[in-house]
Formats: sequence, C-alpha cells, structure tokens
Amino acid sequence: MQLSPEERAILGGGRGAAARRALEYQVKVGDFWGAKRFVPVTNVHMMGDIEVMGDGGLQWLKDTAALGARCVVGTTTNARCIDFAHCERLGQDAGEVAKERELIACLRRMDVITTDTCINYQTVYQPHLGEHVAWGDTGTVIYANSVFGARSNFESGPAALAAAITGRTPEYGFHLDEHRRGVFTVELRAPLDDLADWGAVGKIVGEPRQSYFAVPVFHGFHRTPTADELKHLGAALASYGSMGMFHFVGATPEAPTMEAALGRRDPAERLVITDADLERVYAGYGLGDGDARLVVFSGPQQSLLEMKQLADLFAGRKIQAGASCIVTTNRGVLAQARALGFAGTLEDAGVTILEGVCFYILQNLSPMRVANKWTNMVSNSAKIVNIIGAHRFNAILRRTRECVEIACTGVLR
Amino acid sequence: MSAARLRVARAFGPPVEGVALLSEEGFSPRYDLDRWSGVITKAGHKLEGENIKDKVCFFPTAKGGIAAGWAFHDLQWKKIAPKAFIFGVTNPVMVQGAIFAGITITEGWTPHPREILATGDWVRVDPLGRSIEVLRRAS
Repeated sequence: MQLSPEERAILGGGRGAAARRALEYQVKVGDFWGAKRFVPVTNVHMMGDIEVMGDGGLQWLKDTAALGARCVVGTTTNARCIDFAHCERLGQDAGEVAKERELIACLRRMDVITTDTCINYQTVYQPHLGEHVAWGDTGTVIYANSVFGARSNFESGPAALAAAITGRTPEYGFHLDEHRRGVFTVELRAPLDDLADWGAVGKIVGEPRQSYFAVPVFHGFHRTPTADELKHLGAALASYGSMGMFHFVGATPEAPTMEAALGRRDPAERLVITDADLERVYAGYGLGDGDARLVVFSGPQQSLLEMKQLADLFAGRKIQAGASCIVTTNRGVLAQARALGFAGTLEDAGVTILEGVCFYILQNLSPMRVANKWTNMVSNSAKIVNIIGAHRFNAILRRTRECVEIACTGVLR
Repeated sequence: MSAARLRVARAFGPPVEGVALLSEEGFSPRYDLDRWSGVITKAGHKLEGENIKDKVCFFPTAKGGIAAGWAFHDLQWKKIAPKAFIFGVTNPVMVQGAIFAGITITEGWTPHPREILATGDWVRVDPLGRSIEVLRRAS
C-alpha cells in the first residue's frame, strides 16, 4: 500500500503503540484485498460484547486500552449480549455479566460511546453521500452504502476499532466506485405490506447468490419504501447473501435511474418477485412440534415506529400463559416509547422489552433455549430467522400481525 | 482427480498442513458453529456434526456476518480453531477475523477443490505460493 507521511509516522510509533499496532493490522487487511491506500473515515460503529469476543478478546481489549488506545473519530457500539436489568431473569451467567461490565468500562476508557444499538443509522448518525465510514454489523453497513450512499465495508469489531484508533481504513470494496454498480435487477411485483415481506425478499434474492459484491437493483415497486422496510430488506440481504449494498431505483441516492444504478452495463440476471414467491417462503418453514411459546421482535432492534405498531397490535391483549414475547430496542427508542406509552402497552400485554441487546446474541442463549424447552422461535425478522441456527432453534418467519396472534393465542400456523 | 494442486487468488498467513474438510455450503461462525466446541451445529448444514478444529476448511461462500472478527480470535484462544479457511468467495470480515486471529485464509480457487481432493485428504496450504497441494489421500 502507498502510505502517507502521517501513516508512516504512525507505523514508526509517532502516535503510540496502540495506533502502530492498529495500522499494522490494517495494512495486512488492505494487502489481502489489494488496497492501494487508506481513506480517512469520519465515523466508526463497532461490535464488541463478551458473547462474541470471549475471554481472549476481552484480554486483547484490555491490553489495547493499556497501550493508550484512543478513538480519534466518533465511535459507537453495536447491540450487546446482556441487558443488565433482565440478566438474572434470563438466567445469564453472573461471571459473564461481570465481564461485560468490565468490557464496557474498557471501551469507554478508549473514548468509545457505548450506544449498544444495531440501528445507529436510524437513531445516532446518518452519513451523507460519499462519506467514508467504518461500520460493523452487516445491517448497518448495507444501509449506509445503499440508503445514504455512504461508503463502508463490513468492518469486524477489531477492524472497526483499528479504524477508530487510526482514523482511516484501507480503500477496497465499497469504498471504490467499481464495486458499487448494480450487478443484477429485481422487479418487485408484490405488495410487500409487512416488514416480514421485505425480509423475505432479502432471503429470496440473497440466499442463492451469496456474494459480498453482488449488488441487486430493485425496481418496479408501486410506492416509496419506508426506512423500516429498507432496514429489513438490507438486513436480510446482508444476512442471507452476505451482500454489502443494494440499489432501489428512485429511492436510493446512487440509483436515480436503472441505467445509473447499473453503471450503464447490462444486468447479469433479471429477477421478478411476486406474491406467490413470498407465499412459498412462508410455506417453506416447518412448524416442528408446533411449539408457539417464543415470539421475538428483534434483529434489527425496533425503531420507534415499529414500537408503535407493536403497541397498537398488542393493545388490550395478553400473551398466552407460559409464553415469552421479546422485543429488543435501544436506549433512546425505549425512552421515547416509555414517554409515549408504547412500552407500557406492550408490558401490560406481557411483552418483555430488552434494551441495548439483540436476541440472537444474548449470552447463554443455547442453555436458555434448553432451560425454557423452547423448540420453535417465531419472528417477523427474516434476518434473525436465518442467523439463529447455531443455537438449534427451529426458526419460523411470519408477518407482524401473525406473530402477535401467535404470541396471544399459542396457535401456530 | 488428475491434478493434486489448486491455485488460490488471494492469501494470508503462514503455510499450514492438515486434514481437508470440504463443504458444499457456506459458513459463518455465528450462524453455523457452536463456538464452545468447534462443532457445526446448525440443523441441516452440509457439515452438521463435523468439528472444524485443526482442519483445513473449504467453504464455497461466506455467510453474514460481523461476528467472525472476534469469533476466530476466540476459537484460537479456546484452542479449537481450524488450521486454515479456504473460501471460494469470501467477505471482508472473514479476512479481517482470520488475520486478527493469525489463521491462514485464502480466497478464489482454480480448479474447484472437489475436482482434486476430498474430505480426509492431508493437504498443505502455501499462502506465499498461492497454492494448495494434496500430500496424502485419505485412507
């Protein structure tokens, strides 16, 4: 890689041992991808929790902090694995809870703002067209690239922290124009009236085409999509397809026209999605033993508008005896939801609202599943239905209203 | 099986040898793996029940996912990491994670591994030479 005088100074130790170590790591990553140089970043969003990093990661983090590491750009954190208000009730391990507290303190010593959210793009920071950022959680990255027209690769926790410390990231992937052009087109001929439908589209498009650089171009939809709809679409594309970007003609900034989105090239493939395709997705989930005692609204965390929708659907109702219905959101949304009465309505119905976490990354989730004798997990999020497999749930995607019915009646169809 | 060597497009890490584990399905440590045992636990995964510890793992694609960045390091710490990840197509996180953990990783292959080797063969991965060689066939 071609290094600037400042970067050479960092490698020479001019900004301390932590910055030197971070840049050395970034050079290796850049070399793998053939990056020619670094680009400065304005914002970093990183994943860091004890469930994913384990004791080794925590030790590394403590070592990094001890080396004097400090963030030089605004840096926020993704959803974590423990809600301290609920950890005992959820049966989470006390030792791991203590480590999570230690981990948070360590991040704060490095000037990381522990926002604990995977919807930073809705609630914390909205980068502008062409702005280079280094974000982690795939859903945040695909939203940044697609909806804002900002530029980020998937940045893992250590890679994002390195960017936070050095203020830059290797220029490859979606930082470059050549990878941002649409590759294939998807015509949307379905009404897509529910958030789950948008996730199902992500599954249909992403699952058979797993490729980071396969950029779909959506078109033909009958109205303007909302932010939450694009959130579920992007999260599912990133999850099922490991895709880092999409275009939506007339809605996303680099797709004013189909031609612009494709970079004036022919699409490699032309897909059409109809209601029949969506119904095949829903029909494709086996119902296992029919267990309907776990309904989850999470992955991504709920926006304020999603909280309102759920409150409207649960108003005056109760979840079935012995069932669990879990909603996750972030601190800011929950505060607003409480002030507006949405949270109270949900809790009156028996819903558990977890703050700052996502269900699938909860510490101790596999033992929690066993202890509760959960076999099925029902959700309106296609992402979480896909991602939770290692914990051996039989995960089932259903539309939002159906999820609420299942939670309240215990009848799974 | 006319040749005993395949070429890779990109590579990082030290040369390693180990038992090949070929998958016809992509991989994510978050989606598919029990990160406390190294066993692929996702129901229906093509390698369900297989342990990746000390294996040279061949996956056609990467799934997801930001978790690999920390998870690969965690696997090393727990001494249940594979010797190498060999991807047909991967994503930045798998690479960032492998480099962070010091695990050999490659992307892009010619020919497809199934044409020259099988699960159980003993293979050598040479990142500098951009090649993977079959040293011994599974008995």
